[in-house]
Amino acid sequence: MVKDLLVILIASSLVNNVVLSQFLGLCPFLGVSKKTNTAAGMGVAVIFVITLASAVAGAIYQYLLVPLDITYLQTIVFILVIAALVQFVEMFLKKFMQPLYQALGVYLPLITTNCAVLGVALTNVQKNYGILTGVVNGFATAVGFTVSIVILAGIREKMAYNDIPESFRGMPIVLVTAGLMAIAFCGFSGLL
Amino acid sequence: MNRAGERLVNGIIKENPTFVLTLGMCPTLAVTTSAINGLGMGLTTMVVLALSNVFISLLRHVIPDKVRIPAFIVIIASFVTVAQLLLQGFIPFLYDALGIYIPLIVVNCIILGRAEAYAYKNPVIPSLFDGIGMGLGFSVALTCIGAVRELLGAGEIFGVRVMPESYVPVSIFIMAPGAFFVLALLTAIQNKVKISGERRGRDMSRIQSGCSSDCLNCADTGCARRLYDDRAGSAPAAWAEQKTGPKEIAIEEIKEGKDNG
Repeated sequence: MVKDLLVILIASSLVNNVVLSQFLGLCPFLGVSKKTNTAAGMGVAVIFVITLASAVAGAIYQYLLVPLDITYLQTIVFILVIAALVQFVEMFLKKFMQPLYQALGVYLPLITTNCAVLGVALTNVQKNYGILTGVVNGFATAVGFTVSIVILAGIREKMAYNDIPESFRGMPIVLVTAGLMAIAFCGFSGLL
Repeated sequence: MNRAGERLVNGIIKENPTFVLTLGMCPTLAVTTSAINGLGMGLTTMVVLALSNVFISLLRHVIPDKVRIPAFIVIIASFVTVAQLLLQGFIPFLYDALGIYIPLIVVNCIILGRAEAYAYKNPVIPSLFDGIGMGLGFSVALTCIGAVRELLGAGEIFGVRVMPESYVPVSIFIMAPGAFFVLALLTAIQNKVKISGERRGRDMSRIQSGCSSDCLNCADTGCARRLYDDRAGSAPAAWAEQKTGPKEIAIEEIKEGKDNG
């Protein structure tokens, strides 16, 4: 059991990296990666939201959709639940946990439902993960996102001083960097 | 019907969602490993986009303004579910190839952006053709990107071998890194066009690269404003007025990391 969870942990965070090999959550990956601090904050917020969302979505699937035999409604239910959940978390943090809200609050509206959150919920169902396995998978996926966005932000901070051809300034050079990172992450496929 | 034709041309060329607006990038990168996958994804998105546009346009006087986004999502998600079940039943190979990216059509910025920017404010027939036009533009773009990647990565187009036997496929182009490189070249070309257009004094503000947050917040974070077209009235001004809440200002602050090419 523990071994299975460990395998999922490594597979989802490094081998099948959510951004670099599955292209989910690309918008914040490219948009909020100019500074390492901001990128790390975004990463922590994503870990928080995805872990929570996979727990809630897993529970709803297991105890509501399956007994009622309406699993075909999963897309609609998941997206509404996730969107509502993030709104609720934001309000809850604002009211009861000010320090955490100050740290994460700004990022929460940005990730209400980025593709990665819904993607993890759907993958968990597709792969028949239970709730615990699903939460571990969600956490690992989000850690993978954080690792790659922080690395990209570090590279972009260095790259700010480079002389880049006019047409490649801005988004193109960031995408080339992401491509090179994807090649590097391909190396992890030997891990399992 | 002249207006319908104009909507089609607009979607395919003037406001092509991929080549001009650079929106909906997650599926663009993920499913374009071959031309046929790109075409399949494009057409599926087109059907969902056209149908949801029609429904949202029909219900535009019924949906209260405050809950319009959740209402749009429910409508879009229903059509995505229908499309998913149909694909699973009738085109299983495409269903397997596209996998999780079919349900993820729900969070494609193009669909929600189009609902918000066009269908919610316009009659049914133009909305239908707007959806078809945008969807065709998306399909054309995905098919082109898929064809390039398949040609370089496997020496084939639509599964037919076109490169000579001696050609050694650069298989990295059908793997994940290749997607980033192809998109990098695409945005570089876009930049080139934009820069040379601006030198000649044309307005190129429509051409931008991507968006910085998630797709359901299109209207708040500015992506949808690009999807807005000039003829339909005063919404940009309304959006500008809306952007005064503390949340929006905070979003602006972290979006200093945002890069507009």
